[in-house]
Amino acid sequence: MAKLSQKDIGGFLARQGILVAFVLFMIGFTLANQRFLDPDNVMGVIRSSAILGVMALGVTFVVISGNLDLSVGSMMSFSTIVVLDLHDKLGPALAIPAMFAMTLCLGAFIGFLVGYLRLNSLIVTLGMLSAIHGLTLAWSGGKNMDIADKAGTWFSFFGQSRMMGIPVPILIFALLAASLGMLLAKTPFGRKVYAVGGNNTAATFSGIPRARVVFTCYLISAFCVATAGLLQASRSMGSQNTVGQGLELEVLAAVILGGASLMGGSGTIFKTVIGVLILGFIQNGLLLVGLQFYVQYVVTWIIIILAVWLDIAAKRGKLWSPIA
Amino acid sequence: MAPGTLSTFLKRGAIWGFIVLELIFFTVAGHLLAVGEKTFMDLDNLLLLFKQSAPIGIIAMGMTIVMVNGNIDLSVGATYALSAVVLLDAMTWPIFGGLGDWVIPVACLLALLTGLFLGAINGIIVWKTGVDAFIVTLGAMLGYRGLVFMYNGEQPTSHLNWTLVDFAEAQFLGLHTATWFLLLVTVAMWFLMNRTVHGRNAYAIGDNREAAVNAGIKVGPHMMINFMIIGFLAALSAVVFYAESGSVNPNDGSLYELWVITAVVLGGTKLAGGSGSIIGTFGGVLAIQLLRKGLSHIGADTSTVNLVIGLILIAVLLLDRQLNVKGKGELKT
Repeated sequence: MAKLSQKDIGGFLARQGILVAFVLFMIGFTLANQRFLDPDNVMGVIRSSAILGVMALGVTFVVISGNLDLSVGSMMSFSTIVVLDLHDKLGPALAIPAMFAMTLCLGAFIGFLVGYLRLNSLIVTLGMLSAIHGLTLAWSGGKNMDIADKAGTWFSFFGQSRMMGIPVPILIFALLAASLGMLLAKTPFGRKVYAVGGNNTAATFSGIPRARVVFTCYLISAFCVATAGLLQASRSMGSQNTVGQGLELEVLAAVILGGASLMGGSGTIFKTVIGVLILGFIQNGLLLVGLQFYVQYVVTWIIIILAVWLDIAAKRGKLWSPIA
Repeated sequence: MAPGTLSTFLKRGAIWGFIVLELIFFTVAGHLLAVGEKTFMDLDNLLLLFKQSAPIGIIAMGMTIVMVNGNIDLSVGATYALSAVVLLDAMTWPIFGGLGDWVIPVACLLALLTGLFLGAINGIIVWKTGVDAFIVTLGAMLGYRGLVFMYNGEQPTSHLNWTLVDFAEAQFLGLHTATWFLLLVTVAMWFLMNRTVHGRNAYAIGDNREAAVNAGIKVGPHMMINFMIIGFLAALSAVVFYAESGSVNPNDGSLYELWVITAVVLGGTKLAGGSGSIIGTFGGVLAIQLLRKGLSHIGADTSTVNLVIGLILIAVLLLDRQLNVKGKGELKT
């Protein structure tokens, strides 16, 4: 009896746990500080989560296909620096497509190594984290990048302006989430991504071109990173070389919080968005309650482990692991 | 010659061949390109190389056994920083005020216990919850770093104890203190992995966990011990390094997991577990340090170092796949 109810609760928590936790957090923070649910505050949180969120969308594809991408933070620094530098040299209309093309090339390189050459994605993207950081430093010469004429350009549109009262970064995030969500859930390509991540061998025998699917996932990830770099550059109009450093971990944390398994084959765009919002609201809520900024790291640590633990506990029907 | 002997030899010796190539390349390139001193390697430089390898090298020895065991630890950089904070801060605590220089061993002990404890937390979570070590230590990397920042904000924690600095800068039989620690850890870990039951079981678990369970090996305690070892070694590395420098920034050690994993993978340890050696890791550590030194010797800046190390890591992976027996794991990937 007791065992059964424990299993039931575990199962429910695992299926909806992330939403339950989200709601509990929101209630708790609202009780602690009235301003938490203020529309301006909510909008602010989503706006500042947008950059992380856009990157998490792409990484979701990579993770579902059974791989990892640790290079997104480093790559985001690269695209931010490149677009800021080219802005003054070529003008924004040329700088943006040029930056997208270069970032996509990096993504294609990783996709080639992991997809076609079948190298371990953890090590490849760890290497690329370092290599792309080197590229960024070489491009900028180690100096901060700034746009010279900040007032006389429309480049700030992406990061700073509003349309219909909603900040543009939120619109871009929503648009990208909707279209990538459709791509993943409603198209043959999306199903292939799940198939490759779920059971590689079976996918190969069913005639699914694993290499091409993985390659495309990394291209999607690079596209998202380029978009995030654009948002970041446009928001701050200037940047350090290390602007994206460490973001790969927060992105991965958001994706894992959303319930995507690192083994591949599970996860959705919607859940990733929830994961991103949870991270954003926790950070904001802890600050509003008056705690130090850094407490969020410790809280994130605990939440990640609890989320994944409950998820696998429900799947095996036991709370504690069977490891002897 | 039996079939496969050549490829085995190439795999085992690859890292040392690479080191020799680096030496030749930087010596030749040094004569053509170096701005100041032309000689790349003399005895002083070599001793310095060993000393500078110590912080990464000591942690890499722990990472080897964790990876052979089939796990990974991404939280070593944060453990390193937190232990360093404990080490330096403990020396200023009023309760130790009356100890004089005896505060040094006490502070070192506290720092080492911190590392051991943080490793134990990771280990027990991996053991008891069954969550993948990658996720557990990824979370810990954020969490432990958060603790470092909560301790002292963004201020550096500083305390110079001259007795300790003298100890760290001392040379015994020509080698620096840090080098001695590196060698000591290497020998101890080699012994642990090759001559003890625990080491043999670590290989067995990494190679085939199911088989290990069926053979009656207690998988959980072994994994936990390995996480405690790497936590302890991360702390030891911090003790060795910060004894001399005396000041720790809250962001210190933040890319150490990258360097350490690079060194271990260069040394031939497989991510999947079950294979790898301490001697190989030692070679990997030297190769990376040599590369950093060599590149700066011929006037390359940080950007080139990062670029080259990243690409070499990928190249090693590619080479390793080519050298491995074809067909064995073809469909598994």
